Amino acid sequence: MLDARDMVKRRLGLRLWLSGGWLVLLLLAALMAPWIAPHDPLEQDLFTSRLPPFWMAGAEPGYWLGTDSLGRDVLTRIMYGARVALIVALVAGTATMLIGAALGLIAGYYRGWPDMVISRLIDIWMAFPPVLFAILLIAVLGTGLTSVIIAIIVIDWTRFARVVRAEAMAQGAMDYVASAQVAGQRRLGIMLREILPNVLPTIVALLTLEMGIAVIVEAILSFVNLSISTDDPTWGGMIAEGRTSIHQAWWVLVFPLAALFLTVLSFSQLGEGLKDRFDPVLR
Amino acid sequence: MLARRILTRLLTTLVTLLGVSIVVFVVIRVVPGNPIAMMLPPGATQADIDRLNALYGFDRSILAQYFIWLGGVVQGDFGTSIQTRQPVLDLVLRRLPATLELAIMALVIAVALGGFLALTGTRLRGTATEGAIDVGNGMALSIPDFLWGLVLILLFGVLWPVFDISGRVSPSLVPEFYTRFFLFESVLRLRFDLWLDLVRHMLMPALALAIPLAAIIGQLLKQSLKETMHLDYVTLARTKGYGENHVIVREALRNAVLPTLTLIGVQFTFLIGGTVIIERLFSYEGLGNMAIDAVINRDLPLIQGIVIVFALLFTVINLIVDLLYTVLNPRLRNA
Repeated sequence: MLDARDMVKRRLGLRLWLSGGWLVLLLLAALMAPWIAPHDPLEQDLFTSRLPPFWMAGAEPGYWLGTDSLGRDVLTRIMYGARVALIVALVAGTATMLIGAALGLIAGYYRGWPDMVISRLIDIWMAFPPVLFAILLIAVLGTGLTSVIIAIIVIDWTRFARVVRAEAMAQGAMDYVASAQVAGQRRLGIMLREILPNVLPTIVALLTLEMGIAVIVEAILSFVNLSISTDDPTWGGMIAEGRTSIHQAWWVLVFPLAALFLTVLSFSQLGEGLKDRFDPVLR
Repeated sequence: MLARRILTRLLTTLVTLLGVSIVVFVVIRVVPGNPIAMMLPPGATQADIDRLNALYGFDRSILAQYFIWLGGVVQGDFGTSIQTRQPVLDLVLRRLPATLELAIMALVIAVALGGFLALTGTRLRGTATEGAIDVGNGMALSIPDFLWGLVLILLFGVLWPVFDISGRVSPSLVPEFYTRFFLFESVLRLRFDLWLDLVRHMLMPALALAIPLAAIIGQLLKQSLKETMHLDYVTLARTKGYGENHVIVREALRNAVLPTLTLIGVQFTFLIGGTVIIERLFSYEGLGNMAIDAVINRDLPLIQGIVIVFALLFTVINLIVDLLYTVLNPRLRNA
């Protein structure tokens, strides 16, 4: 008997392809923005301000998704904004993973005082509202891409540390670890050669999730005008501008929002899909 | 044994709070740019600067500043805001009720919505409806509150403008109440016009905060319900002739709800953390919105006060959830 629920779920086999497809498209747009973008992202022209997207009356050819109140092309700015979003996703996501997973592994496998220190730090970190923490860090570090990346690492390493610690702890109690110990392997070797490969699928799934979160954090920071310099196009900055002129020019908000929405959704769906692929029980 | 467990938890909570205060202090003192210089008009003399530095204690060593500040906090003195020159505690207490009302409303929406989804999914298990609920939950989960807020602004503020998307209450209706818990007090005073106005303002930000949590609740509760549905006592209830709705709500739910309760506790602190940006997005006059202003204005005493209050809220909620879990879970009661 075919379960009706499975039919809905089977259609989701597509999700890996759809989300991967959007991210590849975005990456291409970001890489080739200087050559394929229809306009200059900073070029202002008050004669072409608040032009609607192409299907509406009053649209100008060449401005596919309309322009903002300063006459800057929305599509061009989304493409340039994708550069910032993807750099933050890749660099901040990976660095957060490396630091958080390392601390989680050490705490979960070595136990004892390293675990006590790391767990206490996690407790303290969990008592901060993350957005406020990030904004505070940017205020201290100053705006700029590097500051944004550092802020994301500082606030989010606990996400990896918590999960990896619990997994490493569970793996550490298993027989294969005990037999490796009896066989005379050193603890560092056991941690890296025996435990890490077993925790890796979880880490990879978390990594794609973290990339989506990094994109959101960057958008939030540029929304409150604390990301990179205000001139450079970012999705968050465009959204902030769109929020103020929402009744006059909704497209300034809608298109960067759609890009952000699809990107975050794609990263998390990719993670879910990869987790299923890696999971030996489901395979 | 229970008393000892509670005592240990209280102690770790205290250590966490101390840790938070140290981290905030260290981070803030690295701030370049002298906040005092921004307070004074151009052309102020060095003597003026020194006097203000002494007034706010910025001329002492960082360690001394920390202990002076901590000593004040223990006595309920959080210092004076640089921007408004009012006591930090007063400012925080004036804004805190707005944030608490928003967070609690969001929590209620999330529990109602998530519970409804879980029960519907369990009742209609194996159908396409259940599959749709699973997919919807999965998507709602991966989109954070900030994006839901923007989507709601577009849908119900612009496309079909039925809700207010800015502020806490209409300016013409700002009440002269005894407390700042407007929503709560307006009911007590039977001011339903005001109550309706408050809800019209709060519903969209609360819903934005609630959607991801509702999805998490829906997912976990449904899973626990599914596991419970196979247990013998549920089968027994069925053989007694009870209908499916009765079996799910009266028999299975009671045993399935415990993991969800713990999860709600932890997730509620995440939700409160989310109020910071959601309040900004909806220009809602709460603590989070004030916090962002304080950071932008480099109002150090105010930032410290707000962060400590948030941390206190988080740790107290975690403590309550932990203790509640100990009391509710019969297996831990005698442990």
